[in-house]
Parts: sequence; structure tokens; C-alpha cells
Amino acid sequence: MTTVAVKPATMAQALTRALRDAMTDDPSVHVMGEDVGTLGGVFRITDGLAKEFGEDRCTDTPLAEAGILGTAVGMAMYGLRPVVEMQFDAFAYPAFEQLVSHVAKMRNRTRGTMPLPLTIRIPYGGGIGGVEHHSDASEAYYMATPGLHVVTPATVADAYGLLRASIASDDPVVFLEPKRLYWSKDAWNPEQPTAVEPIGRAVVRRPGRSATLITYGPSLAVCREAAEAAQAEGWDLEVVDLRSLVPFDDETVCASVRRTGRAVVVHESGGFGGPGGEIAARVTERCFHHLEAPVLRVAGFDLPYPPPMLERHHLPGVDRILDAVGRLQWEAES
Amino acid sequence: MTVMEQRGTYRPTPPPAWQPRTDPAPLLPDAEPYRVLGTEAAAKADPDLLRRLYAELVKGRRYNAQATALTKQGRLAVYPSSTGQEACEIAAALVLEEHDWLFPSYRDTLAVVARGVDPVEALTLLRGDWHTGYDPYEHRVAPLSTPLATQLPHAVGLAHAARLKGDDVVALAMVGDGGTSEGDFHEALNFAAVWQAPVVFLVQNNGFAISVPLAKQTAAPSLAHKAVGYGMPGRLVDGNDAAAVHEVLADAVRRARAGGGPTLVEAITYRVDAHTNADDATRYRGDAEVEAWREHDPIALLERELTGRGLLDEAGAETAREDAETMAADLRARMNQDAELDPMDLFTHVYAEPTPQLLEQREQLRAELAAEAESEGARP
Repeated sequence: MTTVAVKPATMAQALTRALRDAMTDDPSVHVMGEDVGTLGGVFRITDGLAKEFGEDRCTDTPLAEAGILGTAVGMAMYGLRPVVEMQFDAFAYPAFEQLVSHVAKMRNRTRGTMPLPLTIRIPYGGGIGGVEHHSDASEAYYMATPGLHVVTPATVADAYGLLRASIASDDPVVFLEPKRLYWSKDAWNPEQPTAVEPIGRAVVRRPGRSATLITYGPSLAVCREAAEAAQAEGWDLEVVDLRSLVPFDDETVCASVRRTGRAVVVHESGGFGGPGGEIAARVTERCFHHLEAPVLRVAGFDLPYPPPMLERHHLPGVDRILDAVGRLQWEAES
Repeated sequence: MTVMEQRGTYRPTPPPAWQPRTDPAPLLPDAEPYRVLGTEAAAKADPDLLRRLYAELVKGRRYNAQATALTKQGRLAVYPSSTGQEACEIAAALVLEEHDWLFPSYRDTLAVVARGVDPVEALTLLRGDWHTGYDPYEHRVAPLSTPLATQLPHAVGLAHAARLKGDDVVALAMVGDGGTSEGDFHEALNFAAVWQAPVVFLVQNNGFAISVPLAKQTAAPSLAHKAVGYGMPGRLVDGNDAAAVHEVLADAVRRARAGGGPTLVEAITYRVDAHTNADDATRYRGDAEVEAWREHDPIALLERELTGRGLLDEAGAETAREDAETMAADLRARMNQDAELDPMDLFTHVYAEPTPQLLEQREQLRAELAAEAESEGARP
């Protein structure tokens, strides 16, 4: 058996590879968005695609997000499989009406005759020192829209596998790319990329016995770090990476919480009206008799995203997570 | 050369070398709306086409009246009538080939029916037993779009996709005067022109966006003038002159099909009925105005032309009316049957496969229905 060299690769490289492989395998896959052609995207995720596949398949569009998504809807109606890039989280809002009123509803309103297989890639979240309108954690808006799948990778391998699965899906997928992880590296072999299917399966990233950290996307690395630091306090934390917010994997999450008896949800999005409220409610409804303490949330503050020089105070960090873990009513056990 | 390469390589140059990208003069609409009926151009119109238009217009008006009546009987939740606008509705459907696509707004049920969609299925949205009652692929008609102008970029994308595949497909998208204020109108026209997509945009300027008149909607010289800003031709046509609307739209479709790119057509017409049966038009306009427009009625205009040229006699007009009555009676009979509803359908088409959450909720509804049936059965 030959060993294949596994070299460090970035999440950005894995995403590019996923787009390239999808375009190679399926001529109906079209990439479109602002600056995705000649430039290769502001984050270079579409680097080289226009050159390899031509501008008809990797297209620089006019600068108008509703127009981009609206025309992608029409292209999907005609049997293409568009992959739309929104340049930044906060730049995706002009496309909201198309997303909510058409993308999310078309299959349902036509009794399944007109499904829209399209993927909307959105770089999201903070931590890159971006100025205003470049760092929003916008996932709660999409989660609250029935008809969409909402997927977000936290590892290099998942970036490839989940994007391939999203493009292959016959349902519209909002694919949220944690932009602060674009340059994160992991041992990943692009010659033997792993598929992740089906969409909707969470995964335990770190087994533990004391409590479960439930997280996704940009916050996974922080949670892993917190779990390592918690060992010094005598806590053995389990870390669950949701990978997909819709569909939500109750089974994996609840199995973990039933094992540990305690849970903290961690995300960048604000706590009020954020994903953590839904997750805490679901866990409480299903695991009440296994819980030793209320499910806590560690979230960004309920603020407009702060200016870059202050963002570290907003984002959930190791200390805020450990503080929450410390409030999980351990005294009852001592 | 690929589709995208055909757009050229325009780059700005420093002064004094600047030139406009294209000559705007040929894009400008005529000063007067184009007319055929009652003008010399009418002699060139195909008599068979005029007779066909007449029969369809008469049927269309009857459809509007019947649907409005059905709202009063509680058989439709709401009906936005296109009475007075039948020339636009019918012409839009008739200029398309079978493999072309129509993108209607919520007021365009007539165009949908004229394209071949079952008259009852076309009313599903307004009856409320589902949202879209027809398979869009059967007659290549997109779902009736209630959010204004949002269907226009869909038409552009579909036409663009067809062109990328090398298929001969034109998309005709319909919108009202109010819809031209929406961002999606602007974005769709811009994308269509940049991509040179085979699309025809038909604006029915019927004078009102519910209650708001055009003067409060735009300061443009005309809605057709908006085309120039995008680099496509704008055409102005009398929207109550069926022959003129047909000719202008057919020209635009031909141009799109030949690779000439998109056209914006503004058809000037009038919404004789209120916005819907739920609207009270007397709050924003007077009877005299409506009466003046009745003098310029699309059916009367066509009838005058046809009878004047001996193309239609009383027997012919009677046949058209009888055909319309037959259609109306059939529509009435079928709409008076209760819609077949299965609440479990609510969960069937949200996703290709229901999420675990929806599966749970489906079981919840199933249990609620069973309990309902049981308590009804237990009732004396």
C-alpha cells in the first residue's frame, strides 16, 4: 500500500478544490459573483476557475446581490447548478428577498416540480480585523427561514466535503464560510478528499465526560482550546461540531449531553435571538432528566459588530467559555 | 467565442478621448405610443391574428368577470383583475413560441391561461389551496410572482442559462408601473443588458400601484426611457391596442431570439377595476377618469377595426361571446367544487427529504388530525 503524502492545506485551498472538482464532475455547475472571475474572489476561493473553465462558467457579475441571486434562481430553473458567492456576510443582505421569498420557497410552492439546486457561499463572522459590515455572524437569519439548509464547516476536510455535498444537494444551501478560518491549516490530502454526507450530521470533535461544548464554524477552534485549558481545572470537556444548523442533528447533540449531563452552546452570533437559544431549548426539552445544570450560552454580545480594535472583547474566547463551564453547578457533586 | 466574451473589452480612457459606450439615440422610445388600430398601419395587420386576438380578449374579459364573481361567492380569497388590460395579457402570451418562457406577476393570470395553463390551476394561488397550481415546466410558465419585480431577474437568469446551453429560448417577463420602482427591476434590466440575455420586459403601466399614481412613482420622461440607462432599446406602445402590443412584443422577441439582446416595452393601459376585490378605488380616483378610459377600451378598439373592415359581423361577435360563456360556465362549475386538501402535504415539499425536525412535526399534525377526527366522530 502506498502512503500518500498528507501536507498541511488551508481551508481556502480545500474550498477552491471543492469548487474545481464539482465543476469538473458536473458541467451544470456554474460559479458566479462579484470579482470571482479574473481576480479569483477577494478571498481567492475561486482562484483559477475562470481560467480553467472559462468565463461562461465562472462569471464576474454586476455588483448587485439581489440580481446575482435572482439570476441564479433563473439559471437553476433551467437546470444549471449555480454556486453563488456573496462577497461578505453583510453584503449578502440585499439578496435577502430573493433568498426568503423565492430560493427557500420555490420547491414547496410548486409542489416539488421546481426545486432550486443552488449553493450560496457567504464568508461570515469576525476575527479578521475587518472594518464595519465585514464581520457579521448572520446565521440566525438563515436558520429562521424554512426551506434552506444552513451549513458551516470548521475544519479543512469538512470545508471540502460539506461544500461538495452542498453543491450536490437538490435543495438550496446557505454555505457559511468562517472567514477567520480561511487560512487555518490542517493535514489534508487533496488527492483523497473526504466526502461529508449527508448534510445534517454533527460530529464529536473531542470526547469528554464532564460537560459538552456545542459549537460550529468559527468557534470550534476556540472551544477546542478551552477544552484543553479546562483539563487544568479538572474538567474533561466534550466538543460537538454541528456542521449543519439546518437540518439540526438532535441525535448527536443529545447523545452527548445525556452522557455528560451539562452543556454550553458557543457561537459568535449574539445570544438574544441567536442560535444558542434554539439549541438550549431543544437540549432542555429532550434531555431534561439528564441535565445537572441549565444549558448555558456563550455568545457575542447583543451589539452591532464592534470596530476591529475592540472585537476581541465581543467574540467568545477561552476565558468566557471556562467561566460558563464553571457556572454549571458543580458544587452539587462535591 | 463564449457568451461572456461577446461583451467586448470597454475600458475608460482619460480625457479628452472619452466616448459614450453606445449611441443612445437608437435606444430612445418614440415620442408617442405606437398604435395600429385606427391608423394606416392597421391595413398591414394579419386579419387572422386580429380575429384571434379579438376572441381571446373577449374570453379574457369574461374570465376576469367570472373570477371577480367567484371572490364574492367566497370561492377565491382574492382576485387582482386585469379588466382593461386584456390586450397586454393576451399579446404577451401569443408572441411566444412553445419553448419560450413566461414570467408573470400576480395580476397576469390571463396571460398564464392564454399560454395554455388550465384556468382552474392558474387560480390555485388565489383560491388558496396551494401557492402554484400548475407545473411550471409543462407550459413554461413561472409561478405567479407576488413580490414585485422579483420574477424579472429569474427571467434573465433562465434566458441566460438557455443561451449558455445554446438553446433557442426567449423569456418574456411582466411587471407593472409600481414594480419599476423596485430594485429588482433595475438589477434585472442591468444584468440582462450586460449579458445580452434574450429577454423581453413588458411593463404594463396601468396608472396605479394600488392607489399611488405614476406621478408619485417616477420622474422619468416615460418608463420606456429607463431602458436607455441600461443600454437597451425602450419601446412605448398603446397598451389597449392589441395589434400594436402584439407587433411591438413580437419585434422584441424576434430581436432577442436573433441575439440582439433585451428590450423594455412600456404599454400604456388602465386598470378599470380596483386593485383587487378588497380595494376601494373611489378613495383615489374619480368615475370621470375611469369613464374616459372606457372610451379607449381594448375590445371596443379591436371590434371597431374588425367590423369597419368587414372582418367581424354580429354572428362572429356572438360566437366569441358564446365561447367566452362556455369557458366561464366551465370555470364556475369547477371552481364551485371544494378543493381537495391534504394537510399532510404541508410537509412534503419543503425539502427533497424532510428534516428530522419536520418529520417530528408531521407526526404531531397527524396526531392532531386523528384527535380532531375522533372528537368529531364522538359528537352526537
